[in-house]
Amino acid sequence: MLKRITLLFFALMLFAGMAWAVDLNGAGATFPAPIYSKWFDQFEKETGTRVNYQAIGSGGGIRQFTAGVVDFGATDAFMTQKEMESAGGDVLHIPTVMGSVAIVYNLSGVAGIKLDGDTLAGIYLGDIRKWNDEKISALNPGKNLPDKDITVVHRSDASGTTSIFTNYLAKVSTGWASKVGADKSVSWPVGIGGKGNFGVAGSVKQITGSIGYVELAYALENQMTYASIKNRSGNFVEPDISATSAAAEGGLKKIPSDFRIDMTNMPGAKSYPIVGMTWLLVHKNQKDSVKGQALKDMLKWCMDKGQKYAEGLHYAPLPDKIIAKVKSAIDSIE
Amino acid sequence: MPLIRLNSNISGDAIFRATTYVFALIIPLLLLALFFSLLRGALPAIMHFGPKFLIDMSWDPVRETYGALPFIYGTVASSVLALVVAVPLGLGCAIYLSNAVSPPSNIKGIISQMIELLAAIPSIIYGLWGIFVLGPFLAGFFEPLLSATLGFLPLFQGASNGLGMMSAGIILAIMILPTIAAVSREVIDAVPTVLKESAISIGTTKWETFMLAVWGPSKAGIIGAVILGLGRALGETMAVTMVIGNRPSISASLFAPAYTLASVIANEFAEATSDLSLSALIELGLVLLILTVAVNGLARILVWKTTSKATL
Repeated sequence: MLKRITLLFFALMLFAGMAWAVDLNGAGATFPAPIYSKWFDQFEKETGTRVNYQAIGSGGGIRQFTAGVVDFGATDAFMTQKEMESAGGDVLHIPTVMGSVAIVYNLSGVAGIKLDGDTLAGIYLGDIRKWNDEKISALNPGKNLPDKDITVVHRSDASGTTSIFTNYLAKVSTGWASKVGADKSVSWPVGIGGKGNFGVAGSVKQITGSIGYVELAYALENQMTYASIKNRSGNFVEPDISATSAAAEGGLKKIPSDFRIDMTNMPGAKSYPIVGMTWLLVHKNQKDSVKGQALKDMLKWCMDKGQKYAEGLHYAPLPDKIIAKVKSAIDSIE
Repeated sequence: MPLIRLNSNISGDAIFRATTYVFALIIPLLLLALFFSLLRGALPAIMHFGPKFLIDMSWDPVRETYGALPFIYGTVASSVLALVVAVPLGLGCAIYLSNAVSPPSNIKGIISQMIELLAAIPSIIYGLWGIFVLGPFLAGFFEPLLSATLGFLPLFQGASNGLGMMSAGIILAIMILPTIAAVSREVIDAVPTVLKESAISIGTTKWETFMLAVWGPSKAGIIGAVILGLGRALGETMAVTMVIGNRPSISASLFAPAYTLASVIANEFAEATSDLSLSALIELGLVLLILTVAVNGLARILVWKTTSKATL
């Protein structure tokens, strides 16, 4: 009897060992890290495939992916043509979730301020320096705006959030596009830098008259006041999850087959304009067929079962029409 | 004569000597390896920008123009500011706690414990305290007071929001205070009692005893303590990044935001994708290493000069 149990035990060990055999390693973006850790934890429970994800930042993710150190990378800013070539040329961008960037401010007694892209760019360029500036007043009739200096707060660390925000400003303001441009880190004309969403949120909370930009989750969790932003249809929209999904629906026709798209300022009456996508990076040609299959299973799982976890963590799930396209891209992995 | 002679006690000595020699050699080798790997990483940026890198004011990842000057300035200025605050405080503290004054032992015990506790606080806690307590205090009270009273000086002009050079300097001062106080106190206590006794025997007050018998012999050690503190201030990253405002500009005002070498590396390294930006960041690291080594070298010379004068 004892012998049998021992035998069974060893058989189980062997089985478990086989089930654990495939480990997937990934690294990259910090913005989607909360949902990725939720996904990969759940995926391991359901399938036994362990996925190790290191949130080292999009830049680090692209570097490690290019060097072949990890099975997949993750980034908030899609790779350039040149970067894709140096990574072997067969790079697939798999979009996972979307998020929006909230414009938060600290002005006691003044809630629900409305801003448009041009005014926001003016504030961040340092052209608009007071809260009662004509341009802000014109957008907010009836609001009692104080004669107070605006303190601009931006991210000091390079980040996908900054990339989304500056891409938006560059799209809506020619002045911003020519003087500053768009990237994960830019040369800011004015303002102070806070490290991480946390640093920006903290500074905005401490300094009256300040304005900053943070991921939506941070604005909601810290109960910060945020602005409504004018979209392409001329409506002022708050940055919630439905407005983020609306931007994806609105931009559906514009999304290219390789999914490399800047999602800011998309059309649609309900679309929030400062929205971004985040991607997993995989090679189309997998060298190891077992690993390749595990990777495909994992990506499919993210599309089928993973999406429902998004809203709880303040991300917007991908619209069904995009998911269908993404799945056929996943099928093309060999 | 062979190096190792069996059946002899000397063989043990030789092995001991050789082993410890290897261990000792590892340290300078590590430093050299560090220097060369930084140099290798920085080479593309050095080739691309040349010496202009050190005097260029712009840091623009979009246009890929990088310059180190605002960061060098921010690093040096914030550290100097920290010394201005921490040296009198730390030294005063050390003198009070030393045998030169001999305070009641219970007070001495409590204060020494507190100073050691300051040294044990992680830098992120200092950063948080800086954002949520020191910053609002500076913006709401201290900086307006300074600009109202000393506002004619360019140092205390301009808008204040609590995040900037002054916050960074004060946070750094608190962080290096324990080093300066503890090491200075040890140095002062190490002055031979006989010197103090001879001073007291000719009827000096406590102050005169200190100036006559203690200051001279302990001067070099105290400078050493200050340099140790300066070394920590130059390289401190987390707490400074959280309060300095992270703006690569050079401003006369202490209220204005600034940026340090260590902070910009911590901020941008993780997301740097282009080879040139990565290399420019590594070059900043190289500059920081050279700066730190140079400061330490200067300190050595200073210590050496004061001690040789003292013995003359």
